[in-house]
Amino acid sequence: MNPALQAVITIGLGVGGCLVYFYGSNLFLDKVLYPPRGPNAGRNINRANMIRPWLFLFPAIVLLGLYLAYPVVATLWLSLNKQVGTGSEFVGFANYAQMMSEEKFWESMQNNMVWLVVVPAMSTAFGLLAAQLTDRIKWGNIAKSLIFMPMAISFVGASVIWKLVYDSRDAAVAQIGALNAVWMKFEGGIWSVLFLRVLPVVLLLAFAAAVAWVAWGMVRVVLQSDRAVGGLEKLARGLGALVGLWLVYVALSWAFGAVRADLPYGVPQQFLTIPYWNNFFLMAVLIWIQTGFAMVILSAALRGVPEDTIEAAIIDGANPFQVFFKIKVPQIMGTIVVVWTTITITVLKVFDIVLAMTNGQFQTQVLANYMYDKLFRAGDWGVGSASAMVIMLLVMPILVWNVYNARKEMR
Amino acid sequence: MGEVTIRELKKFYGGVQVIHGLDLDIADGEFVVLVGPSGCGKSTLLRMIAGLEEVSSGDIRIGERRVNNLPPSERDIAMVFQNYALYPHKTVAANMGFALKMRGMDKAEINSRVVRAAEILGLTPYLERYPRALSGGQRQRVAMGRAIVRDPQVFLFDEPLSNLDAKLRVQMRTEIRELHLRLKTTTVYVTHDQIEAMTMADKIVVMQGGRIEQVGAPLELYDRPVNTFVASFIGSPSMNMVAGKVVEQGGVRMVEAGGAMLPLPNRASVEVGREVTYGIRPEALTAGGLGLSGTVAVVEPTGSETHVVLRVNGQDIVGMFRDRVAFRPGDALTFAPDPEMVHLFDRTTGVRLA
Repeated sequence: MNPALQAVITIGLGVGGCLVYFYGSNLFLDKVLYPPRGPNAGRNINRANMIRPWLFLFPAIVLLGLYLAYPVVATLWLSLNKQVGTGSEFVGFANYAQMMSEEKFWESMQNNMVWLVVVPAMSTAFGLLAAQLTDRIKWGNIAKSLIFMPMAISFVGASVIWKLVYDSRDAAVAQIGALNAVWMKFEGGIWSVLFLRVLPVVLLLAFAAAVAWVAWGMVRVVLQSDRAVGGLEKLARGLGALVGLWLVYVALSWAFGAVRADLPYGVPQQFLTIPYWNNFFLMAVLIWIQTGFAMVILSAALRGVPEDTIEAAIIDGANPFQVFFKIKVPQIMGTIVVVWTTITITVLKVFDIVLAMTNGQFQTQVLANYMYDKLFRAGDWGVGSASAMVIMLLVMPILVWNVYNARKEMR
Repeated sequence: MGEVTIRELKKFYGGVQVIHGLDLDIADGEFVVLVGPSGCGKSTLLRMIAGLEEVSSGDIRIGERRVNNLPPSERDIAMVFQNYALYPHKTVAANMGFALKMRGMDKAEINSRVVRAAEILGLTPYLERYPRALSGGQRQRVAMGRAIVRDPQVFLFDEPLSNLDAKLRVQMRTEIRELHLRLKTTTVYVTHDQIEAMTMADKIVVMQGGRIEQVGAPLELYDRPVNTFVASFIGSPSMNMVAGKVVEQGGVRMVEAGGAMLPLPNRASVEVGREVTYGIRPEALTAGGLGLSGTVAVVEPTGSETHVVLRVNGQDIVGMFRDRVAFRPGDALTFAPDPEMVHLFDRTTGVRLA
């Protein structure tokens, strides 16, 4: 039979089956099981209405149970077993112990954490910026479509595009990679100094100053105690300030490095093999994709901010920046959190981009690709399942928080 | 000080003119109400004074300063919005202090001003609450508090009471009025509710289609409306208008309307044969005697007074009686106008004749 015909028949059977199920089961409930007549009509109606929601939920519960709940339990079981010959043997947490002893696992964990901080932060920030900037201009909608377009590209497709951006050719021939093409323009002259030394230093110093200011804001409340601060809050503020100080230190040392670094002018770079930095080149792909998502949701949220609160703020003397940061952003904070956590979950599961671009080499491994390596390349489904459980454990709290926030937003 | 002067003010949205050259003087400390139907330009005028709408041409002066091109924050005004426009993420105190904070005022000074305003408005127990935890009337007070703390030259109110229920509206009306008597700050107040305008204003500005129809004290507008628009807009139930013609009968000038002969006030000097609109307020009608005859359509007792709707030649004429009346729908009845309380307008231009 022609496959197209098969597809049509399958669709027909599926849709028809659903109709028959919902219609038939409700009919059975109303006509046979608890008919709304006779001496018990009132009781029957109440009972039928108690059962009805479950009739509608039944298919979803069964399918989700079969394809979601069962695999979770099975994976958990697999992670506690070891392959012996053709059978398996219960080994407790041995798989986890083995995984913890692997350097590649800790590399994945560390990389995942960096992804976790950088990608949601950058995507949300860029998305918010794009949403605000495109809101008031005539060609804003065109700009929005362009920014949103990467969302329509698959992660693998996006990776291929960016692999071309990072591509490197011999110095003698023209570079087809955009990044190397720009890099080859730098030859050590005044512009090179300006763009590769002065600009990064200025940006890093600005970043350090901003972080230092925020950190000072955190401890200031505790030091100038014009209001009571609880012990837990003191601790949190102290920790926040310490993280801030560490970031300031990192930024300053990088700025120093940018001044001192010996840049290999005129030599095409293999960007994806530069350890540590290549992680950021991979993250750029996901940021590029997720910015569109963040922009669309945040743009809708920004439009929901009551116009009169903005006008009131203008009359109160707020400048455009203050209107944005003190009036608009706080009012859409709930949506920002939902966007942030949604992207965070995507990031924790990131797999395709790493697989397609570096396959976890050059210290770019992430958990999902590590799991894939173990499960399907090494065939070690014990350790593979253990790493899958780790990903699930990491996603779970964020997922719960995301659902909680999304529900709060809807109320 | 806080006087507002408007000269030749015009506003265009693209090619559409919505404000047609307004002139208006508001004295320092005056409570002025802009009133008119939806789309008459009253809110636009207010927003132009606030600086939220650009001025297309003409002048707006607050005190000695021409403020056309000043940003809202430098005009020394404060505005209360219809939907309160409270910042939902800030406490009542922070809402009230925001403008002062933006001005870079010292924290202690902000605090003392906020506390003082909260005392005036009875908001002291709510200072640390968020707007969502307040009732409609309390939110309205916070919005006013936000205006008061700034101690501006002019208060601008944009239909501030239209989201409140009827009882609260009456109460807030009195509060705003009292507040004005206490602070003596120039106030421009926009409303579509003529009762609000009548009860609150020192001076009412009646607007229609981007033009000012009449400016005057509430009772002046009520007693001597310059045209049929103002006459029908001010007063509730509104003035009865009957189309008629001036005739002379036995040496006495009267208005003939649908067969009925209606008396003219003694002061009236209109020539015979003129087509007029004969206006008479519901309370100036008495039952019985000579006048408009018809059948009673509806009787609406309000308690303090009774409105009787009389159908005369297919037109509804409303009479208002302080005494209890015993009319029933279907009764034949005549309403006799009090000649001294008759308003006479030209039929075609609508302009007042007498």
